Amino acid sequence: MIAFEAHNLTVSYDKQPVLWDIDFEIPEGKLVGIIGPNGSGKTTLIKAAMGILEADSGFVKIFEKSPDEIRERMGYVPQRQSVDWDFPATVMDITMMGRYRKGKLFGRLSKADREIAVDSLKRVGMYDFRDRQISELSGGQQQRVFIARSLAQQADIYLMDEPFVGIDAASEESILNILREMRSAGKTVIMVHHDLHTALEFFDWVVLLNTRLVAAGSKDEVLTEENLRTAYGGKLNVLSRIADLVKRQEYPLREEDSKE
Amino acid sequence: MNDFWIILEGSLVAVSCGLLGAYLILRKMAMVGDAISHAVLPGIVIAYLVAQSRSSILLLLGAALFGLLSTFLIEILAKKARIQSDASIGITFTWLFAIGVILVSLYSGNADIDQDCVLYGDIAFVPLDTLFLGERDLGPTPIWLQGFNLFLVIAMIRIGYRGFLITSFDPSFSSGLGIKTDTWHYVLMGAVSFTVVLSFNAVGAILVVAFLVVPPATAYLLSNQLQTMMIYTVIFGVLSALIGFYLATWWSASISGAMAVASGILFLGVLVYQKLLRKRKKFLAITN
Ligand SMILES: Nc1ncnc2c1ncn2[C@@H]1O[C@H](COP(=O)(O)OP(=O)(O)OP(=O)(O)O)[C@@H](O)[C@H]1O
Ligand SMILES: [Mg+2]
Repeated sequence: MIAFEAHNLTVSYDKQPVLWDIDFEIPEGKLVGIIGPNGSGKTTLIKAAMGILEADSGFVKIFEKSPDEIRERMGYVPQRQSVDWDFPATVMDITMMGRYRKGKLFGRLSKADREIAVDSLKRVGMYDFRDRQISELSGGQQQRVFIARSLAQQADIYLMDEPFVGIDAASEESILNILREMRSAGKTVIMVHHDLHTALEFFDWVVLLNTRLVAAGSKDEVLTEENLRTAYGGKLNVLSRIADLVKRQEYPLREEDSKE
Repeated sequence: MNDFWIILEGSLVAVSCGLLGAYLILRKMAMVGDAISHAVLPGIVIAYLVAQSRSSILLLLGAALFGLLSTFLIEILAKKARIQSDASIGITFTWLFAIGVILVSLYSGNADIDQDCVLYGDIAFVPLDTLFLGERDLGPTPIWLQGFNLFLVIAMIRIGYRGFLITSFDPSFSSGLGIKTDTWHYVLMGAVSFTVVLSFNAVGAILVVAFLVVPPATAYLLSNQLQTMMIYTVIFGVLSALIGFYLATWWSASISGAMAVASGILFLGVLVYQKLLRKRKKFLAITN
């Protein structure tokens, strides 16, 4: 089944298009990276997919439905800087928001909701901080709270905006394992990601963006030197090294195989 | 008895303004109350001119309508014209207030309406306006109005607690859940507008603006959860009214003014207490 589909999608701010005629599909059960330089429209794409921003033309479909019809099955991690972390709320308060539902905003949250939130906090290793005010967390811990909140949504498709920014290597590894487990359970995880080196290791599907779609598909198809140059403007030395790595892909793959 | 009514009215205003003000502070819109209290002027004048009466209900409605209108204008300027929200607040209320001033100066010649009677209520007069049911004295009318309004505000916050919480903290995530953030915003602003106008009529502008901002700001310093912030807001609001009243008696000064001053003193007190506490903690951490 197609988990995500953008069709002729154009989105603009003040008549200035920041996504132009984007067209691609993502199959179900993949870990997907959205990659591109600053200002290339990654956040905008995620917001359009969540139905937070209106498209000028074209549309997004999730599991062949419009985002509005299928919100209960979508999880979301906004960019961390998008909120005020001095807000008077505890880690638990924020995680519980993952259990809020449009129709049930007025009713009580059940014990089961609470258990789901607790479980999500444990999975990202933030349970011990549950009663801390969010302003007293480090940046990486705040990021983990946001991930816990999205896990509490128990969705089938997750859209995450730079979830790994500021997260240390050990937590990154453990969160990545959670995401891989979710993938094995048939869930789709789409995330904006900045680090090209780790992108290679994390994702099985990549969407390369620079206002226009540069390429979308399995990572070895997409992460070619030519595509990377188109997306990043061909100035960076690092690009050819990445492309080299992709070419010599047997090597990292074997390493991963031997770990298992 | 009069003293009691004045303190009670002050507390009722402090609590309803403070609870709503807590949300305004968290949404970085603390000065909206100030804006509304000015922007209502044309509403009051127009209501008076249309109805040719000083019936306070009509004037209140006209005022509340313009209060709400000003929050729409602020939103539109901020969102569509991409102006900083403090600037759009400034533009909106000076503009509406100016229109009000012009209307007053144009029509005050043939009508008994002037800026003073429109703009400044005084809490000292609260006990004079008594509500009678037949022969029975039910106490001052403003107390009943304010009490009823406070009841509505508390009911709204209780029922909509989670909606206001999530739309204040993370509007993007809320929209992602399909929650109508704009609707929540305007419900809140409607309540703010009505409360400001009602309180303003009873206790005057400065006190309303002070109660909207200062007790919740004080509470913010001490709270790590929204519920705690609300509880502290109530405590500091009532304390401000109480202390302010006795300060005013002592100084024989304006009661509204003294209540506003009291809220400021409480804020400073808490701020200093916190600084000292932090120093002490640091000291203990170092010596250990
Ligand atoms: N609220 C906004 N108003 C106007 N323009 C905006 C707004 N948000 C983003 N833009 C513009 O849209 C373009 C795409 O922004 P977007 O946030 O989607 O980029 P991004 O790929 O997420 O970048 P980054 O890697 O820095 O997060 C940028 O050129 C930006 O200047
Ligand atoms: Mg971004």
